[in-house]
Amino acid sequence: MFVATSVTTATFVLVGAVFLASCVEMVEALTIVLAVGHTRGWRSAFEGTGAALLALSALVAAFGPALVHVPLNVLRLIVGGVLLVFGLQWLRKSILRAAGLKAKHDEDAIYEETVATLRAAGATPGRDRLAFVIAFKGVFLEGLEVVILVITLGTSAHRLGLAAAVAAIAVVLVALCGVIVAKQLSRVPENALKMSVGVLLVTYGTFWVGEALKVRWPGGDVALLGLAAVWSIHTWLAVVFARYAVDSPLKTKNA
Amino acid sequence: MSKESSLPLRLAKGFARFWWDFLIGDTPEIFVAVVVIIAVTAMLSEVGHFNTAAIVALPLLAMYALARSLRRAVRQSRPK
Repeated sequence: MFVATSVTTATFVLVGAVFLASCVEMVEALTIVLAVGHTRGWRSAFEGTGAALLALSALVAAFGPALVHVPLNVLRLIVGGVLLVFGLQWLRKSILRAAGLKAKHDEDAIYEETVATLRAAGATPGRDRLAFVIAFKGVFLEGLEVVILVITLGTSAHRLGLAAAVAAIAVVLVALCGVIVAKQLSRVPENALKMSVGVLLVTYGTFWVGEALKVRWPGGDVALLGLAAVWSIHTWLAVVFARYAVDSPLKTKNA
Repeated sequence: MSKESSLPLRLAKGFARFWWDFLIGDTPEIFVAVVVIIAVTAMLSEVGHFNTAAIVALPLLAMYALARSLRRAVRQSRPK
């Protein structure tokens, strides 16, 4: 019974982290693909996207099984450290955005910027190499972060197949949403998603660094829920304090 | 050496740049803090009552690192 609860908790956190992270990154990639498709035609946009997805799948297939041979404690220490760094960066960025200290990610602006770049380049005879390269780079670079999360989270939890499947579902869902909403991607609550992913990443990061260093977490994997709750409260408090700091008299006095 | 770098060199540079941006980027203090947190937790394993101390210290140090980094960002955003 306890083992079943532990497995469910770990799987739940893994699925949540991979799914949300994949959604956030794929929304950014989709913005670029839509800009390419609307401006230069869909053929090169789809070819670039397809090539990038193939390259990303090859990376998962190549590095995923190889990482299984790394001793679990070493793997968890490295993965935990990377997740802590990455998660803290995401949390920091989303807290600053929520407090108004950093501009929110503006998908409309990215769309317009990409369209302007493509229009300025003018038409090219034959195959549209520029459109292909921009679509490929957009999907590949955004997808690379997802691949790192899928490989690290998946292998450390011995659930690489599940992590890859969840990421694939997220990609398909975001693509379907893209078809439906066209270029209205700015309506996606990206900062809230990014904050949730940040909480899940630091939760896993803290947990695995501890596991690798022989910390016996109370309740085993169930401690993930406790850590997630503590990190959520910390994030909420950080947003409140950051907002307070923005509105503090020092700023108004100097402004 | 030719002006145009070879493909393997460009790939290696791109790979290194990706990891630099991914792990360090514009928040080197977070990377340093995580290294220190891992070192402190590892050192705690050498002394008694390690488990309780680590369970408390590990998340607390990570939260402190985030708070410090945020404080730095807030201060930098204030007009001088």
